[in-house]
Amino acid sequence: MWDYTDKVKDYFLHPRNVGEIKDADAVGEVGAIACGDALRLYLKLDKKNGNRIADAKFKTFGCGSAIASASALTEMVMGKTLEEAEKITNQDIADFLGGLPPEKMHCSVMGKEALESAIANYRGYKAAPTEEGAIVCKCFGITDVKIERVVRENRLTTVEQVTNYCKAGGGCKSCHPDIQGIIDKVWEKEVKPVAVPAKPRKMSNLRKMQLIQETIERDIRPVLMMDGGDMDLIDVDGNTVYVSFRGSCAECAGSRVTLKSTVEAKLREFVTEELVVEEVNQ
Amino acid sequence: MKKLVYVDNNATTRVAPEALEAMLPYFTELYGNPSSMHTFGGQLYKKINQAREQVASLIGASPQEIIFTSGGTESDNAAIRGTLEANPDKKHIITTRVEHPAVLNLCQYLAQNGYEVTELGVDSQGLLDLDELHGAIRDDTVLITIMYANNETGVIFPVEEIGQIAREKGITFHCDAIQAVGKLPLDMGKSTMDMISLSGHKLHAPKGVGALYIRKGVRFKPFMLGGHHENNRRAGTENVPSIIGLGMACELARKYLPEEQTKVRKLRDKLENLVLNQMLNSRLNGHKILRLPNTTNISFEYVEGEAILLLLNEVGICASSGSACTSGSLEPSHVLRAMGVPFTAAHGSIRFSLSRYNTEEEVNYIVGHIPPIIRRLKEISPYSAEIEELELKAAARK
Repeated sequence: MWDYTDKVKDYFLHPRNVGEIKDADAVGEVGAIACGDALRLYLKLDKKNGNRIADAKFKTFGCGSAIASASALTEMVMGKTLEEAEKITNQDIADFLGGLPPEKMHCSVMGKEALESAIANYRGYKAAPTEEGAIVCKCFGITDVKIERVVRENRLTTVEQVTNYCKAGGGCKSCHPDIQGIIDKVWEKEVKPVAVPAKPRKMSNLRKMQLIQETIERDIRPVLMMDGGDMDLIDVDGNTVYVSFRGSCAECAGSRVTLKSTVEAKLREFVTEELVVEEVNQ
Repeated sequence: MKKLVYVDNNATTRVAPEALEAMLPYFTELYGNPSSMHTFGGQLYKKINQAREQVASLIGASPQEIIFTSGGTESDNAAIRGTLEANPDKKHIITTRVEHPAVLNLCQYLAQNGYEVTELGVDSQGLLDLDELHGAIRDDTVLITIMYANNETGVIFPVEEIGQIAREKGITFHCDAIQAVGKLPLDMGKSTMDMISLSGHKLHAPKGVGALYIRKGVRFKPFMLGGHHENNRRAGTENVPSIIGLGMACELARKYLPEEQTKVRKLRDKLENLVLNQMLNSRLNGHKILRLPNTTNISFEYVEGEAILLLLNEVGICASSGSACTSGSLEPSHVLRAMGVPFTAAHGSIRFSLSRYNTEEEVNYIVGHIPPIIRRLKEISPYSAEIEELELKAAARK
């Protein structure tokens, strides 16, 4: 049984703004019956009031969280200009509902995409820009552009997370190496210019700090976050790195082992062999 | 208490009150170890063998052919791995695409670890083609493992014919009979099956106990190694209370077996016919005749299964679905996909599985609640036009 929040249950059992708008200014449509969920979003703009969204309605085929996400979205956009509405992320939709189970995050992504599709429709584009790109996941028809985007926007680091957020890789699994390739490419691209020429013999304090920060972001935090934990860099004094753990790492009795093995090893590998890691209790 | 109508008996069943009653002393005063030398523990050995007789009697086996396990999954693992280990020279296994994950995932694991696996397909009714089985058999085929009745659709396979084919070729035949035991009469004395798995909690015994039938003379090596329990075929101190419960549940199943074909079947048919007649966008998944008496799997086209389940749950009805959203795998049930059920229907499939504890009043309650639930989801759906078209066509056919 899914662990839905009370708010998800409420928005599923009593969905707000179900229906159609006959003279809608914008209609967005995403999903397909083969995929198991689909959403049609209608927006009506108030021309006298700075083109703010005066009414929003939806129709959804899908599970409890798909219906709840769509309904939440209609409430969130009400009264906003299209420019303001455009800033809503899938995480905002999930947050509005008090969170979604990880496997159901794709429902919030569907909401976000329906909104983009509606805005594109209003502005006269044929389709939202996400429709472009080459198909990576053949089972669900998901493109590299879309995968790259959910990876970047939600800071995803594993194939499983990508599947949860956009379904890619949830069918025959043959595209898993390609998805991993996209994840690697996204995160490599952003850190490579500074990270690759690692381990210079003598480095300035500024350079050392920079490398420590990058290594933590790239190689350490994603690993901790996979187990529901996280860490902060508190200070660097000479060759001693002070860190503090959060989430499950903080409560975990084995965190000192993690601290020594993962954090120190990674920092020594990418920054300098002389580093020592100390834990600070915050 | 909130109303509860439990029609998810292929998932698990309530423990029969008589079985619970029989178990209780073994949690309290009779806590000994059956392997002990003293009478306090040793007397339980006899009780376990009585339970073994009760299980054997339900399936027409001799008690020496029964070993107790921790449940259906262990029985399947023990049968399959035990057969392979006893016949190390042969490396080919035949199974089907619609097995329970306990068999399917094990076979897929074996396929990556030195074995070749042939998965037989099924037709749109969920039936096997025995010619395909004939064609799949090779000189190095060591094991055929095929279920008796499908847990999702209830469709029954011709296991005696399969056993006959296996016997002629000298291949061991293991049958996952977990959904069949207690619902269909079995007589291992006359059967062609070499091994069958059964699970306690599918027949009103508690969870965490099951049994494996191994025909006398069939080559088998134990899966669990350790002490000398179960005649050296399954190590581990016996789960005495649960084994006593399983024995009692099997005795009750034998007593109530005729009710499955009369009372339970009648209730299932009533539920199925009323739902299919009332809801014009519904269809039956699986062969109408070759089926367990307690199971019906109905698809509501263009309506999503998890949403139906959640609304059924609101009125206290417990069922299950083959929809992608409930499986956690994003794709609808592997059984419905193997049958080629269209996506429009697979995502909206609901399984109702009854037991002898269900009543006519409960069936009427379910039948009364389905139309408003489907109507409500239809109103939310962007496919309402498609549903209406489908309903018009169905109405014209009637």
